Amino acid sequence: MSVLRMVQVSKVYGGGAAAVHALRDVNLLVEAGELVAVMGPSGSGKSSMLTIAGTLEDATSGEVTVDGAAIGSMSAKDRARLRRRSIGFVFQDFNLLSGLTAAENVAMPLELDGMNARQARAAAHAALERLGVLERAAHFPDDLSGGERQRVAIARAIVGERKLLLADEPTGALDSVNSESVMRLLREACTAGAAGVVVTHEAQLASWADRVVFIRDGHLVDQTSRPAGPEALLVAGTP
Amino acid sequence: MSVRHAILALLSEGPKYGLQLRQEFEARTGEVWPLNVGQVYTTLQRLERDGLVESGEADGRPHEGAQKGYRITAPGRRELVDWLTKPLDDPQPPRDELLIKVLIAVQVPGVEVHDVIQVHRRHLVETMQRYTAVKASASELDVALALVVDAELYRIEGAVRWLDTAEVRLRQHTLHIPEIADETPALLAKRANSVVAAGQRSARRRAVQR
Repeated sequence: MSVLRMVQVSKVYGGGAAAVHALRDVNLLVEAGELVAVMGPSGSGKSSMLTIAGTLEDATSGEVTVDGAAIGSMSAKDRARLRRRSIGFVFQDFNLLSGLTAAENVAMPLELDGMNARQARAAAHAALERLGVLERAAHFPDDLSGGERQRVAIARAIVGERKLLLADEPTGALDSVNSESVMRLLREACTAGAAGVVVTHEAQLASWADRVVFIRDGHLVDQTSRPAGPEALLVAGTP
Repeated sequence: MSVRHAILALLSEGPKYGLQLRQEFEARTGEVWPLNVGQVYTTLQRLERDGLVESGEADGRPHEGAQKGYRITAPGRRELVDWLTKPLDDPQPPRDELLIKVLIAVQVPGVEVHDVIQVHRRHLVETMQRYTAVKASASELDVALALVVDAELYRIEGAVRWLDTAEVRLRQHTLHIPEIADETPALLAKRANSVVAAGQRSARRRAVQR
């Protein structure tokens, strides 16, 4: 069963002559363990795909299911619960709360979901350790480097065994080596069983995905086939 | 790729045997550039002829069986430093087949240039996925491999970014190319080549004037 299923999804902002068609009949299935990159220029509709998949806004038409649950018929309360338990978000500008420490930021979605503070803190520390920033657990976001902040944001996205990871230009203004670390971590989270969708306009970042889908003017126009395997590149005379 | 200078670099660390040079060369280039023993010995002979290395005892030891040891000479060190610090030749723009194909696609009736662009973009991204998989499957500590793979990824990414830019430009503006009555493929290619050549001459002239 696909963790994310989008069928004939369209999104229109506004109405009449001023209507903007952000998505047009988009179909996308993402399986557990799979990382999919959505690649397209600014204004192509890729961020709308992510916010609809993440239940942050509604599709105008079509069907979206996350982890088997159809979100179109859900109450706002159920959607919020789904977001807390099953969906992890990584944003371009990190979106960490500056008044909370790294550990408190990571523990917050679990505490909001009713987990007691001690358990949530333990889970947060485990996630921070997995991302190599446990020693920064007690620091506030302003005291962290850009790379550390993004690792904390990823820890928050994967804490509590989320089923679906959604990342919008997740490397932001990070340098290329830190960007690669972010993609490596998202890749590892998917290998561990999550389904992941990352939207980006950068081919280097997209190339970390199992599959790259190309979006233009709200349409998914093309996708890569599954790579033949890296060993094919390593022959005499290449590159 | 200069095997000659790579060997000088390895010998700058200390005297070495031929086989050892081959193994170290491959290890340090992420084993992506295989080197045969013949290449190593031919290069060493030329370096010795030019006075840049000398053979004899390696590491203070006499020859080990048939193996000869080599050490770098003072002129060899100068040659190595000169090569490392010499800027690359100002390259002539390459004859870029992708550019030619896009220029021709604009002119061919019934062919949608944006579809042509997407086919090439997909192929390039698939190739990048294979290179990234090489990097992903290796340790982050394998710096030599990462450097080699990065070089190829950035080269391909440049082509993808050019396609992205070309797509936007062709959406915003029309490419005006003089009409020719007889639209044979050979003429189209000739015309595209002349557009490229004129563009490259113009860009080069302006770059030199700056």
